[in-house]
Amino acid sequence: MKIHIPTPLRTYTGGQETVTVSGTTVNGALEQLTTTYPELKSNLFTADGKLRSFVNVYLNDDDIRYLPEKEAAPTNENDELTIIPSIAGGCCL
Amino acid sequence: MLRLDYAEYEALRAHGEETYPNECCGVLLGKSESGNGNHVSAIVRAGNTRTDSAHNRYNIAPIELVRIQREARGRGLDIVGFYHSHPDHPAQWSPTDFAEAHWLGCSYVITSVEQGKAVLTNSFQLLGTGEDDKQFHDESIEINLAATKAQAQEGNE
Repeated sequence: MKIHIPTPLRTYTGGQETVTVSGTTVNGALEQLTTTYPELKSNLFTADGKLRSFVNVYLNDDDIRYLPEKEAAPTNENDELTIIPSIAGGCCL
Repeated sequence: MLRLDYAEYEALRAHGEETYPNECCGVLLGKSESGNGNHVSAIVRAGNTRTDSAHNRYNIAPIELVRIQREARGRGLDIVGFYHSHPDHPAQWSPTDFAEAHWLGCSYVITSVEQGKAVLTNSFQLLGTGEDDKQFHDESIEINLAATKAQAQEGNE
């Protein structure tokens, strides 16, 4: 399956926008990704292994946080994972 | 440095005027030029999901970002930055802007909109290697007027 990497994290994938992995779950796919590109790990996960709060991961068009199985959701080779950091802000208090 | 055509520059400022007194937001598509900033080829308007406090907050729904990134990929472009407006506040990044900024290397464009009129547009590039050392750096904006003139000439022909 394909994992799409956002612009800022391509520094850690040798500039690749899309990485192909063979995991059968979201977790498995992300694990394979961070095994291949270890520097990605601290950018995606906290020290205790949780996905950072500002990192969104979509399985096709679904936010994995809202899937029944969450990170354990099964995947197949035609699925696409997209990693997308959040965008927010505002002018003042 | 951030490079963009005059039409895109005007479009992102006009967006801020349209949504006044609320904040607008959108995405800059283009290419990052190694050591030479970001070159914008297109801007994409996005919805502000912070309807609870849209006058001083913005948020782009992640699924909208996923779709914009997908569209960019289809056009051979990347997400190279974002823009938003500061209604009746300076075109400077705020502590909230900084805390919520995570796209290292990208340009964050802010337009101050005073009484409904776009005034100043500034750009800040988020640099660093991660959350621990990220910093906003002032970034110059280069506006390509040649494209506008060329389009005008085509229109006159």
